[in-house]
Amino acid sequence: MTLFEITPEPLSADAVIARLADPANGAVVTFVGVVRGETDGRAVRYLEYEAYPEMAEETLRQVGREVQERWPTIREVAIHHRVGRLEVGETAVVIALSAAHRPEMFDALHYAIDRLKEIVLIWKKEVWADGIEWRSESGSPMPGSFPYLDTESH
Amino acid sequence: MTGNAEISVRVKFFAAPREAVGAGQLERTVPAGTTVEELIRCLTEEYPILRAYTRFLSVAVNRAYVGMQTELHDGDEVACLPPVGGG
Repeated sequence: MTLFEITPEPLSADAVIARLADPANGAVVTFVGVVRGETDGRAVRYLEYEAYPEMAEETLRQVGREVQERWPTIREVAIHHRVGRLEVGETAVVIALSAAHRPEMFDALHYAIDRLKEIVLIWKKEVWADGIEWRSESGSPMPGSFPYLDTESH
Repeated sequence: MTGNAEISVRVKFFAAPREAVGAGQLERTVPAGTTVEELIRCLTEEYPILRAYTRFLSVAVNRAYVGMQTELHDGDEVACLPPVGGG
């Protein structure tokens, strides 16, 4: 039973929720992040996620520890993140939290996704019809984010 | 102990710098006592395109973040980590 996982396999929110099953739970909240078909007005063809798996799973566990330190009423945290090529509409990440009662769970969930984007060692390449970008939440686009000749379509 | 001992390190790249270098992993032999900063400087001489990324990079040695003045040891895994973008 793995609460924190980086996987190339398709994700299922139900499978992640099942990891938290416990009669002491009264509530489970989940966040499901899916691949959106456009960014900044440009059509996305697909995304490629890449991880440093040996450190990324540890940083996922760190997010879980921080959530439980800040909100001790959270009983369990599970986070699964997919890597590899993802098409529009596919699930990239599932975060699930369990607790006896619902207060604070939404704040904790919000913290978990924000923190994941900050510290988890996963990178995302957006591939559009006319270019690519390695995208980070930290703001400034990295070098390498430039239109390029799309050889696949020739 | 000799003054000119050498150590071997494994360097890992991810995302845009990985594509720029054209490899996810390199093996390099450097003098004992080489720091992270000196290793990165050697690599940017070998791959000038890396200069565009160095100010964005954090570095982890053996899976823990370190400062640029950290001395490297034989067998170290040095990961060059650009800003993350999961979720």
